[in-house]
Amino acid sequence: MRQQPVLEVRGIRKEFPGVVALDGVDFRLFPGEVHALMGENGAGKSTLIKVLTGVHRADGGEVLLAGRPVRIGGPLEAQQAGISTVYQEVNLCPNLSVAENIFIGREPRRFGLVDWAAMRRRAAELVRELDLDVDVSAPLGSCSIAVQQLVAIVRAVAVSAKVLILDEPTSSLDRDEVQRLFAVMRRLRDQGVAILFVSHFLDQIYEICDRTTVLRNGRLEGEYLTAELDRMELVSRMIGAELAGLDQLGGGKRRERTAPAGPAFLQADGLTRRGAVEPYELDIRPGEVIGLAGLLGSGRTEAARLLFGADRSDGGTLRIDGAVTALRGPRDAIARGIAFCSENRKTEGLIGDLTVRENIVLALQASRGWTRPLSRTAQDAYALRWIRALDIRPGNPEAPVRNLSGGNQQKVLLARWLITDPKLLILDEPTRGIDVGAKAEIQKLVAGLAEDGMAVLFISAELEEVLRLSHRVGVLRDHRMVARLDNDGELTPEHVMATIASGAHP
Amino acid sequence: MSTTPAADRAGAVKAVTRNRLFWPAAVLAVLLVANLAFTPDFFAVRLQGGHLYGSLIDILHFGAPLILVSLGMTLVIATGGIDLSVGSTVAIAGALACLHISESTDPGGLGTVLTALGIALGAAVLLGAVNGLLVARAGVQPIIATLILMVAGRGVAQLITDGQIITVTSDPYKLIGGGYWLTVPFAVLLAAAVVLAAVLLTRSTALGLLLESVGGNPVASRLVGIRATRLIALVYVFSALCAALAGLMVSSNVSAADGNNAGLWIELDAILAVVLGGTSLNGGRFSIGGTVLGALIIQTLATTVYTIGVPPETTLVFKAFVVIAVCLVQSPVFRAKLAARGSRVRRTTDRPYVAAPTDREVGA
Repeated sequence: MRQQPVLEVRGIRKEFPGVVALDGVDFRLFPGEVHALMGENGAGKSTLIKVLTGVHRADGGEVLLAGRPVRIGGPLEAQQAGISTVYQEVNLCPNLSVAENIFIGREPRRFGLVDWAAMRRRAAELVRELDLDVDVSAPLGSCSIAVQQLVAIVRAVAVSAKVLILDEPTSSLDRDEVQRLFAVMRRLRDQGVAILFVSHFLDQIYEICDRTTVLRNGRLEGEYLTAELDRMELVSRMIGAELAGLDQLGGGKRRERTAPAGPAFLQADGLTRRGAVEPYELDIRPGEVIGLAGLLGSGRTEAARLLFGADRSDGGTLRIDGAVTALRGPRDAIARGIAFCSENRKTEGLIGDLTVRENIVLALQASRGWTRPLSRTAQDAYALRWIRALDIRPGNPEAPVRNLSGGNQQKVLLARWLITDPKLLILDEPTRGIDVGAKAEIQKLVAGLAEDGMAVLFISAELEEVLRLSHRVGVLRDHRMVARLDNDGELTPEHVMATIASGAHP
Repeated sequence: MSTTPAADRAGAVKAVTRNRLFWPAAVLAVLLVANLAFTPDFFAVRLQGGHLYGSLIDILHFGAPLILVSLGMTLVIATGGIDLSVGSTVAIAGALACLHISESTDPGGLGTVLTALGIALGAAVLLGAVNGLLVARAGVQPIIATLILMVAGRGVAQLITDGQIITVTSDPYKLIGGGYWLTVPFAVLLAAAVVLAAVLLTRSTALGLLLESVGGNPVASRLVGIRATRLIALVYVFSALCAALAGLMVSSNVSAADGNNAGLWIELDAILAVVLGGTSLNGGRFSIGGTVLGALIIQTLATTVYTIGVPPETTLVFKAFVVIAVCLVQSPVFRAKLAARGSRVRRTTDRPYVAAPTDREVGA
């Protein structure tokens, strides 16, 4: 089948000060296909997408739309040309209703005024087509992140797109929602829409994608039929010669783990917060990794926030080092040696304006107070040491942290908490939306920290990952901790899945 | 990913233009040089009777109150707030000080003046604390919280002066705004000292970093354990103190307190000075040096209006156009558009894409 690509780029080049982000990349997208764009963090995926959508202007090369060279001047022009994009982080207005978000900028009008009834009706139709159960007149902010993501896709589809770009749409969706999204993607594909799909989940790539293009360090590594591309081959194409640590990816090798004995560092008895999480029991000993598993919105984050004082509990007791403690806020928790890496890197973690160095020293500096500043020498030493230890790229401590890719931002957050030398490290989805290489590094780091005696609470939607790292696993469902399982070597992801599904330990 | 030599060279040029202070400094320089065309001896500074005189000295002298108010405003804006009440604080501080001196039996005595200063600055601490508590503890939006004092404070100032202009005759008090020390106007020295102290306070402690963090992302700042409430209350107190000092200068310079007009609209000039200096109204990164340049730009503009003889009825329009032009020149987006347009004309069609020099992002 020799067809003309609906979208093609040839020899595209994009430089940022000091960095070549894209170096002569070719890429083709045919109508009626789902095409995966793969690569590590910093490989140039996002840059390529931003060039395609007009956010960045390329420094060289050309973009052809249906065979004709075009200049895409901005996101609006891209949309008008039929290229719609849904980004990883939802870029909608949480204070407007679902319907308004879908039609923002192209509201149905009557007599020059917005026809609200028609807008709601058509929004409801679009939502129903996607098999979603959403009240379109509810404010978007009241929906879960997963639903917001799906609304963003509804919005993109509603503009009758010829090309749909999905930049990690699945990173915040649970399994059912992913399947629902895939159903929609298949339907759109059959209608002849070309879909560019970016995801870090290899399974999803193999499930939905017809072809795969791999980028590495800003260069084109190759274009493959997904069915003919072996998994190991794909991974080695993505990370190139750096094959070390690949055994970590296989998933089969779980380290031998004996849960450390001794008194608990932290113990929660019936800790609860109304509307967030039902009373739950949890204890963590030094050197122990406790996993929290459960679907998105099952109360994992809410449970962890109580342990950090980010939210106040309204029932139950918390013991730290054996003493009953009421945390008045994060500051209290930090003073007692607890660190919390939020799942929302941008909104709850990083200060985008500040540099990598400043973000790394922030928690330590905050605990010292403003009158006892860390000397510049000490700050530089901390920053450089952790940039090297975690391989943060680019390795410039004075770069604004906003300019880093997701995986590197996550490492900056890890560094921020590790220099405070915590006794308990709470990691909420530390590997979400980051590539396999960085993922393996972070997992290795967590295992190493626990071996050195740190207690770790590890929250992740990926069961394989939770099981690989944890001594014990708490399973949450509908804001309730339904089971606490010993990871004795016989616990399997299927087992945990069944617990989540049935709400009881089978 | 590699670094190219071309990028290095371009980077060296950009390092200069990218410096936060480059554009405000360039604008100030252009304004000063433009004055030279109308007033050939604009840059002349002469020593007369042990005092320095000249247009440049005047700009510094009359700009000192604005520099102080803008300085306080900078830190408030860095936390993501705004302080509209500074104009009223200027008036209240001047009124309180002059009232005390005029009612004293010994208006020329040092003790009287020091007490007057104490009363004015003490009142400022109180006013700032009210703002700070409203914003930081009660969670009132800064623009509303300080609007209260902006409106009510003007009334308080008039109440203090009884609706009259209080005049005072006091040599020690006159020194603050109108006197000279070591040939230089005392107000300039005072403003310089406060600016220097603020720079040291924010940059040699961690105060600056924590303020920028709170302004840049309040949620994340709470989660790293920064006590934002205290910091935010503190900057409103600092802002009020700066405004009170400015109020003392203004009233001292004319030896009178005018509850109606002292510091009228100075909050708007101060906000403009902060923005011209490169500090974003969204909070986060701030630049005290930029703010000082911004305040000097505004004062130079005021001087220019007089020296080139703009008719009084058109001064505001003239000022408006210059401010718009200055803002456009300083806007990276506008400069990028201008640059893109320029190079699009020059280049041929074989390179249809032009780099946008504004947006920096690395990797995917």
